[in-house]
Amino acid sequence: MMPAEPDLGLWGVPLAILGGAIRVSTPFLFVSLGECLTERAGRVNLGLEGTLVLGAMTGYGAACESGSPWLGVGAAALAGALFGALHGILCRLPRVNDIATGIALMLLGIGLAFFLGKPFIQPVAPDLPAIPFGWWSESPRVRAALNVNVLFLMGCGLAVALAWMFRATRVGLTIRVVGDSSDAARAMGARLHTVRLLATAAGGALAGVGGAYLSLYYPGSWNEGIASGQGLMAVALVIFARWHPLRCLGAALLFGGAGALGPALQAVGLTQGYHLFYAAPYVLTLGLLVATSSPARALAGAPGELSISR
Amino acid sequence: MYRKRNRSRRDVLKATAGMAAVATAGTLMPWQVGRAASLTVGFIYVGPKDDYGYNQAHAEGAAALRSIEGVTLVEEENVSETVDVQKSMESMINFDGVTLLFPTSFGYFDPHILALAPGYPDLRFQHCGGLWTAGQHPTNVGSYFGYIGMGQYLNGIVAGHATTSGKIGFVAAKPIPQVLLNVNSFLLGARSVDSSITCQVIFTGEWSMPVKEAEATNALIDQGADVVTCHVDGPKVVMETAAGRGAWLCGYHANQAPLAPAQYLTGAEWNWAKVYQDMVAATLAGGTIDNFVRGGLAEGFIKMSPLGPAVSETARNHFEVARAEIMQGGFAVIRGPLKDNRGNVVAADGQSFAETDVALERMDYLVEGVIGSTS
Repeated sequence: MMPAEPDLGLWGVPLAILGGAIRVSTPFLFVSLGECLTERAGRVNLGLEGTLVLGAMTGYGAACESGSPWLGVGAAALAGALFGALHGILCRLPRVNDIATGIALMLLGIGLAFFLGKPFIQPVAPDLPAIPFGWWSESPRVRAALNVNVLFLMGCGLAVALAWMFRATRVGLTIRVVGDSSDAARAMGARLHTVRLLATAAGGALAGVGGAYLSLYYPGSWNEGIASGQGLMAVALVIFARWHPLRCLGAALLFGGAGALGPALQAVGLTQGYHLFYAAPYVLTLGLLVATSSPARALAGAPGELSISR
Repeated sequence: MYRKRNRSRRDVLKATAGMAAVATAGTLMPWQVGRAASLTVGFIYVGPKDDYGYNQAHAEGAAALRSIEGVTLVEEENVSETVDVQKSMESMINFDGVTLLFPTSFGYFDPHILALAPGYPDLRFQHCGGLWTAGQHPTNVGSYFGYIGMGQYLNGIVAGHATTSGKIGFVAAKPIPQVLLNVNSFLLGARSVDSSITCQVIFTGEWSMPVKEAEATNALIDQGADVVTCHVDGPKVVMETAAGRGAWLCGYHANQAPLAPAQYLTGAEWNWAKVYQDMVAATLAGGTIDNFVRGGLAEGFIKMSPLGPAVSETARNHFEVARAEIMQGGFAVIRGPLKDNRGNVVAADGQSFAETDVALERMDYLVEGVIGSTS
């Protein structure tokens, strides 16, 4: 049922990495953009792993029940926003530590999703549509690699929009001031708590959308192993990306592509030591962090109000 | 804002008395009374018990025990193959009064069950898939498994008839003997149709890792595989991804036909209900369970999914003939002359390993024609 085609051989590897980068990076992208927005407002939300899982479950459940994947994405965003807002409200209380709250909410989100998600493991939900950018190619492999999901494109657009927002708009500048110095923000008359609450909720919504991508497009089904730590890695990517949305996009693509390396190399016959290839994304992150950091500017770009840099 | 609350001695006494009253009431409740002469059975799963795969097959077997009078079922899911499983087992033993344990994942056996079992000589540990050896392992540990490799051999026959590219694919979790036997059986089944067929295997390294499983499936199909099967805990992701890419599917663990009815050829399924009911019935009757229990198609430990609409008449006939031969017992998938994919002889001319042969459960090679490596 498949047309015979010439063996791509080793050329299959870069193609698979490109395809993998596009397929695998989207959840990393959305979660890291969400965390970037939240941290730029001066708050850490470590609970995004839980939000990601909850979003995946909510999105899948809503799509199953309604038959529309876009309603699923909407429901996931809403669930994420509610969870983010909960984190924001809790952190507003005096003497509450945002790191501890984040971890608690991560566990709560995962537990809730597992509990409520039981009936949705077997049913099949409609998938999100993809745009076939590979139409020009005869090769089904190239076409499969260039099947790009709409959410990925939206994520790329969002990264650019966020970068522009932080640099050039009133909203972006307010968020930055709130994140860099509470005193300056108060002096400016910015409503500190409201800005942080909204930024945390918006960050949660983005992570929820990332979850919907996991369950509704790739790998495209709800199960309890679906996130397996991707939300946590995405939070770490924000530090790696020095709190800049465009660098978040780059980091997410790099991570996605490195993740595709293991299966791709095994597929072309490079089968020895696949455990090492699977460690590639982590080795890469460590390597880049070592290469880009220096004792003189350890946390360059970190918002001043962040509890880790304060 | 923040005020420290001092609890008075009276509050503490009240709370203590309340808790004592609740505990006493609990012991007086009727459900405690009927328990004495019954059996409490504990099941431990490595993943969620409804994963559409390995754990669900076990959980459905466990659920079949509920119909037996006097049996109380205790279950715990998502227990990793680490010291966690020892804690879970101890908690089941000490708090739930479990006397018959079914820790179902391969990695639970060594060292976890082997470490715990000698301390509880009166209890019974029944492990799925481990290679229990008399004299070497505790006598209160038992091992059971099914010859599911035969199912993958039958999958391979159907796959061999369906492939047009001459290349079939296998998404595997970890290179343990059972998985390797499945990969080898799948290829040898296909090679019984056409001896030039090759099978590409990709290991994901974990029992459940959906994103990697999807990537592996895509990579297999990118390399030209047009029939895909797997050995991971939840095959749903592999099946859906492969179906989306237009490949044929052979299922595993459970019947995945509803996911892609037109492309699903057949599948190798577990049938644990019968096995568990027999073991529990034997224990309730005061008997013992054999330390080493194995069974295949003939014993009803495994079964095949109904053949899909795309299976050709020739393939159907070949499948039925092979199945009848396996049902007679003693069938050998691994028979000489056969080399592994590094050129070492694994079965000399005239040598064969029947399905019951324990040597198969120490398999550490991939046969000639499988593209992949065990490390």
